Amino acid sequence: MSTATSQPQQDSRSWLLVSGVAILWLLAYNIVEPLANWLAYGLFSLPEGSHLGEALAFFFYDVPKIILLLGGMIFLITLLRSFFSPEQTRAWLGGKREGVGNALAALLGVITPFCSCSAVPLFIGFVESGIPLGVTFSFLTATPVVNEIALVMLFGLFGWKVAGLYLVSGLLIAVLAGVLIGRLNMERYVEDFVWQVKAGQIDTPNYKPSWTERFQIAWESTKEIVGKVWLYVVIGIAIGAGIHGYVPESALAGILGKDAWWSVPVGVLLGIPLYSNAAGIIPVVHALMEKGAALGTALAFMMSVVALSLPELIILRRVLKPQLIALFITILAIAIIITGYIFNLVI
Amino acid sequence: MLTVKILGTGCANCKRLEQISRKTVSALDLEAEIVKVTEYPEIMAYGVMSTPGLVINEKVVSYGRIPSPAEVTTWLNEAQKAA
Repeated sequence: MSTATSQPQQDSRSWLLVSGVAILWLLAYNIVEPLANWLAYGLFSLPEGSHLGEALAFFFYDVPKIILLLGGMIFLITLLRSFFSPEQTRAWLGGKREGVGNALAALLGVITPFCSCSAVPLFIGFVESGIPLGVTFSFLTATPVVNEIALVMLFGLFGWKVAGLYLVSGLLIAVLAGVLIGRLNMERYVEDFVWQVKAGQIDTPNYKPSWTERFQIAWESTKEIVGKVWLYVVIGIAIGAGIHGYVPESALAGILGKDAWWSVPVGVLLGIPLYSNAAGIIPVVHALMEKGAALGTALAFMMSVVALSLPELIILRRVLKPQLIALFITILAIAIIITGYIFNLVI
Repeated sequence: MLTVKILGTGCANCKRLEQISRKTVSALDLEAEIVKVTEYPEIMAYGVMSTPGLVINEKVVSYGRIPSPAEVTTWLNEAQKAA
């Protein structure tokens, strides 16, 4: 397109720029902790171990750390996603059997880029091309259940083990929900017009971006996502810091601990109507856990808040009859409750 | 007279694509009608699954992303020549 520089030249420049930013990112990430301690205990000269000092050090450490992590990881995730497309995914899923198809669909659901308003056209496009309803559900369930912001925040606040468990259990839930819906022959609860849609053929090949364009795409969505959630992160961490500094240890063990068996289903039920993003809820959950809430209970609540969101269900209502939506919510809620119990048992 | 269709249900990306198309059309001083296609069956009829999609004179030129103004300019010019 541009005549001044050739594409390879432009791409190597972009690589250089991205590498430079990556080095700066690493530097920034490593000075966050000393800087936070210096701010809280040095600049504000709060005594170490005091309530306010601990709360502030926690806040100054977590906010930049999480925002840096979010920025870096969202950039990498979007970059990876730029190699996938819904059209390619549909081609891969075509002709796959139940089971294998569901597993592949769940994996691809996490990695395929599409905006939430594309969910309905994707649903129609998948079903229309002959992909089984259950496999299509595994694909569409994986995206909200394995939320990338939640994944990054869990990694930042709880470490890779919890983030990994979240990823694996989310994938399993998506596979299970798809297999169940497939087995129950729910086709008649899909709105009738979906079966009548005749999709046209496009002869325009899928666009293959250059590296420079991939970096641009990744940078744009990083800016957009971080711009959208940073305030929730700050508020969430502020509440978390307050809990961290002021709520006594194990104050919550009685109501949110492992022995309170009822807290898992109550948390999940509470989470269905609650709609918040992972960015705000995870720091609070993290602080609650330090005070005796069980990991499974906390994760189940979080998954329910993030995955079962009303706006998305309302969009799906365009193509699904109420019975199927109700079944979908029920399956997800039960699967999340079971996940919560398993986590509480294992960890 | 060109017909430019924006396929999408009205999310932020579709609106951005519409803006880019409108600006490009007026920058090129073309006579073009810009139509928003928001109904699913109609969108699917073009074979577009990932929105937003851009259709110029009934030809799908891009889908699943927001093309740059430079690209839209090229497509509009091509369509103008073909017409």
